[in-house]
Amino acid sequence: MKMTPKLATLLILAALVLLAPFLFPSNFYYRVGALIFVNSIAVTGIVILTGYAGQISLGHAGFAGIGAYACALAPAHFGIHPALAVVLGAAISALLAWLVGRPILRLKGYYLGVATLGLGILISMMLNNERQLTRGPDGIEVPELGLRALLKGWGLDLTNGQFWYYFCGLCMILGAWLALNLHNSPSGRALRALHGSEVAARTVGVDVARMKLQAFVISAVYASVSGSLLALQNKFITPDVAGFMHSIEMVTMAVLGGVGSVLGAIFGAAILTLLPQVLTVFAEYEQLVLGLVMMLVMIFLREGLLPSILRKLRRKGE
Amino acid sequence: MTASRDTQTTLLSVEGLGISFGGLKAVNDVSFAVKPGEIVSVIGPNGAGKTTLFNMISGVYQPGAGRISLSGEEVTGMEPHLLARRGMSRTFQNLQIFQSMSVLENAISGFHLQERGSVLADLLSLPGSRRRAKAAEEGARKLLARVRLAEAADREAGNLSYGSLKRLEIARAMASQPKILLLDEPAAGCNAVETEEIDHLIAEIAASGVAILLVEHDMKMVMRISNHIVVLDHGEKIAEGDPATVSRDPAVIAAYLGAEAQTGGDHA
Repeated sequence: MKMTPKLATLLILAALVLLAPFLFPSNFYYRVGALIFVNSIAVTGIVILTGYAGQISLGHAGFAGIGAYACALAPAHFGIHPALAVVLGAAISALLAWLVGRPILRLKGYYLGVATLGLGILISMMLNNERQLTRGPDGIEVPELGLRALLKGWGLDLTNGQFWYYFCGLCMILGAWLALNLHNSPSGRALRALHGSEVAARTVGVDVARMKLQAFVISAVYASVSGSLLALQNKFITPDVAGFMHSIEMVTMAVLGGVGSVLGAIFGAAILTLLPQVLTVFAEYEQLVLGLVMMLVMIFLREGLLPSILRKLRRKGE
Repeated sequence: MTASRDTQTTLLSVEGLGISFGGLKAVNDVSFAVKPGEIVSVIGPNGAGKTTLFNMISGVYQPGAGRISLSGEEVTGMEPHLLARRGMSRTFQNLQIFQSMSVLENAISGFHLQERGSVLADLLSLPGSRRRAKAAEEGARKLLARVRLAEAADREAGNLSYGSLKRLEIARAMASQPKILLLDEPAAGCNAVETEEIDHLIAEIAASGVAILLVEHDMKMVMRISNHIVVLDHGEKIAEGDPATVSRDPAVIAAYLGAEAQTGGDHA
């Protein structure tokens, strides 16, 4: 069987998830790994929206907020199982993305960036101010998913850190698989076509507004699921998950690693999640470094780290 | 061919088409018709409004006046992707290639209308989605062979020569199996050999029954392959007819020579 880029990416991801624990100096790193995978899921959605379709969102953390608070609020208020709350959050995010994107994506230009910026801030404000429902900036506890206990019953006894590491790793690989499927499918081709030349895409029959809307809705679902997984593993969530800085973080991770490639974007997510964890100095200057990284990548490595490195290696090989 | 013009049904008809940009009439009251399998050329000095006319017919610009009908159905101001479904396809004067895609992917993109399906099926890579993509790929490879780009299929489109990109655009436009193909300066910037290749390609496409509407500066090519020529100057139609008639038309000669005389005057 021929090794397609899709298969190669999935194998690399699976190998990393399975082999990395052998290098962990302490159990703390299961937690760091799980955070990387959670961010990778959101960033894979950004690859579809920005890398494939060429659209920018500055408010994707808003959808992560919806996913996170769905897991906190739906079980408490409606008695829904947390796993179903993930689905509910994704559905609300998809619906909201559709409602906001439909009028905006008919327009040409950078309206989506501005509209999503507003939407993200709005969601963040709501989570902060609707104290009776969300308990405001102090945050709210999130119920146990219950899957770990279920696995224990089947004889697979994992620590909390291990469980979330492998579970989020699996979700990340699933998300990558979907995004890679899309890349070479008719819909993915249409997205990349309208990114390359909107006018040419329209003349080959691509309904540009509809395709952009689909990409926006799909990427919102990715962000929502990422927020849900973050809330469920922390068992606690604050409105910061929906904050503007989190939105910028998602875009920076994708752009740093390479927004056109799933593996590249995940690479970017890994670097920017890992750095503040291992270098405490970095944490204090995180926003400063984020801005600097973004500027340097845009100037020197416009395709992102991983695609630029691969290109250099290929040149050397020739 | 001239005799059959009247007996065949009209495929594309343009009546009184016009558009203004900030008070300037870029195109004014232009009418003509195209029949199946016919090559109709639009010529005129630089700035005569040829590309603007193309952009109105292909739905990129909204016309300010007049009407366009395709196969008897009014399509004035209709969006390009809806026109594509009704059998209109085009190429661009300034190439509009999907640069980051391979040559093959560019050609496959032309099959969008045949290969598109539910995005959910595409995400899950369901058999139906893979089947549609495979059929489009096979079609694209055939088209690439037809424009002699089969060997370049896996190269990045951005690395091709200008003449090859021109042929790739024609292949992509042909993929949707159009009834009418609009070609905006397909030979511009090409050398003599490349021009001749494109020349043959256009004749071949027309022979297969597809109508061609052509904007081209290479007069030799226009005179050689056109069945019918529409001449524009300052946004208005000044003449129309078969190549022999048009080339003898005093108004046409004046427009072309006048334009040159004027530039000469500016220099003095």
